[in-house]
Amino acid sequence: MTHPNATPLETAAYEPVFAGETLTRLEALYPRYPTKQALLLPALWMVQEARGWVSEASMAEVGQVLGLTPAYVKGVVTFYTMYHTHPVGRHFIQVCTTSPCGLCGADDTLEAILRESGCGQLGATSPDGRFTVAEVECLGACGFATPIIVDEDFVESVTPERVPGILARYQ
Amino acid sequence: MGYPHPSHPRETVVLSKHFGDPAARTYQGWVQRGGYQAIRKALELGREPLIELVKQSGLRGRGGAGFPTGLKWSFMPKDDGKPHYLVCNADESEPGTFKDREILRWTPHQLIEGCLIEAFAIRAAVVYIFVRGEFTEIFPVLDEALREAYANNAAGRNIFGSGVDIDIVVHRGAGAYICGEETAMLNALEGKRGNPRIKPPFPAQAGAFGLPTTVNNVETLAAVPHIVVNGAEWYKGLSRGNPKSTGTKLFSVCGHVQRPGNYEVTMGFPMNDLIHDLAGGMRPGRTLKAVIPGGSSVPILTAEEAEACLMDYESIAEKGSMLGSGGMIVMDDTTDIVKTIWRYTRFYAHESCAQCTQCREGTSWTARVLERIIAGQGKPGDLDLLLDLSEQMTGKTICVLSDSCAAPVVSGIKKFRAEFDAYLSGSRTPALQAV
Repeated sequence: MTHPNATPLETAAYEPVFAGETLTRLEALYPRYPTKQALLLPALWMVQEARGWVSEASMAEVGQVLGLTPAYVKGVVTFYTMYHTHPVGRHFIQVCTTSPCGLCGADDTLEAILRESGCGQLGATSPDGRFTVAEVECLGACGFATPIIVDEDFVESVTPERVPGILARYQ
Repeated sequence: MGYPHPSHPRETVVLSKHFGDPAARTYQGWVQRGGYQAIRKALELGREPLIELVKQSGLRGRGGAGFPTGLKWSFMPKDDGKPHYLVCNADESEPGTFKDREILRWTPHQLIEGCLIEAFAIRAAVVYIFVRGEFTEIFPVLDEALREAYANNAAGRNIFGSGVDIDIVVHRGAGAYICGEETAMLNALEGKRGNPRIKPPFPAQAGAFGLPTTVNNVETLAAVPHIVVNGAEWYKGLSRGNPKSTGTKLFSVCGHVQRPGNYEVTMGFPMNDLIHDLAGGMRPGRTLKAVIPGGSSVPILTAEEAEACLMDYESIAEKGSMLGSGGMIVMDDTTDIVKTIWRYTRFYAHESCAQCTQCREGTSWTARVLERIIAGQGKPGDLDLLLDLSEQMTGKTICVLSDSCAAPVVSGIKKFRAEFDAYLSGSRTPALQAV
């Protein structure tokens, strides 16, 4: 069995992300920064937007575009929690379980999400490929416990009872 | 989406006056509410008088450190001929704190105006607003507000015909609490791992891209236009007698209160009233047990300490804690203090950038020792071990993340030792399964 966090090898021929419109969008950002390297986080976001995750091949491509080594890019990618270094489900759910939310029932909400999504455990993708669930540290919405993020949607005050209704919006 | 509560009569609404009002988000709406007068006034006033005005107001950094804002601006070189930068810290991620997101999502122009004023004062032609990657709903709001600001000549070339150029760029973080530390933020902005830098040099000498830079928190910047329009005396007058803590502050109240939310009060407001009146007090039948008053990085206060405390920098320091970011975590008598502190330490262990040994090893071992205690497998001497670890983690690293992990542990053991002992003696049922 493969480790859930193992980086899958790219098997198909690699299609560059930075071509056409995406490359134009990246180049439009160059004048905003004094160095090309400063575009690294924005470029990685563009990769994730296009591919859903950041593969080693994409890291090499970003390096080529910005004049950085693949190893350097990987070092940066792995520092930050939001770049996926392996494929995730169609919808990625982040649940805040840090202490303030923990005081207000975040563990029960997380349990309901793991159960209802079919993921069963943190970091796993549901068998139908629909969801991946991760814990996240403090989402900065402690007064509205429990906050979750589904893809790019911020949802506040999630309780176990609300979970089925929220998940139903994401097919 | 709505703002959760109408303002309480005892609040002093300055920054939060238009929270919940969608019309205030637009450029025209903001102008109708008095917006963009402050930047015009600032441009007329000139740089040095402007910095002096902010110094006189007593405004202090609202991100956590409480450093005097005008003084910070005055550290920027004046005739060096180099490009300067302003970085707005919108990486709000201190557990218990959720005030900047309200400023960002309801009053983006309030922040933009603050950025313009400071950029002018410190001779910065570019402002980077560094927003944490998880704040997904903020990006479209900020993008639209900036588009409007550019369209109305409030940003870009020759703003309001003044001859001053100021560009504003939103930079998205990618998930790392440590990027809220200013030098880690600068590294992230430059396309690096978010490791804090050794200081000196301070950002005013060598900040973003090695050039003079000032980093200020969202709430600090949002207060600036009000000071420019109403004057330093007005701002100082909003204090309750302590001249070192002036103005209003947004306090985020969360945890076991009936009405969690942000409350804007004058500095020096009684913590007791904030918890029991504004935030609605405890749930029926419950009593207050403890409060972490300034975000999770500050020492815990007992109910007695909290109820006798005033909300300003000096008063909270007198009680042995810190005002920090103003994120108040309220805990009632049902709270398992040991488990709650364990979860904080897990947060810090997860968020350590790992470049300093004391932090990388210390946060992780602190979390593991606490975990075994609440799993019923604690060993005699574990509390001394935790206190020893905490001492090694305090004042010995590049940034204060490891100090922040130690703060709740040391204060928790000191003030709630019986709860730790109950787990260690086996008189309390383990709250976690043994691993």
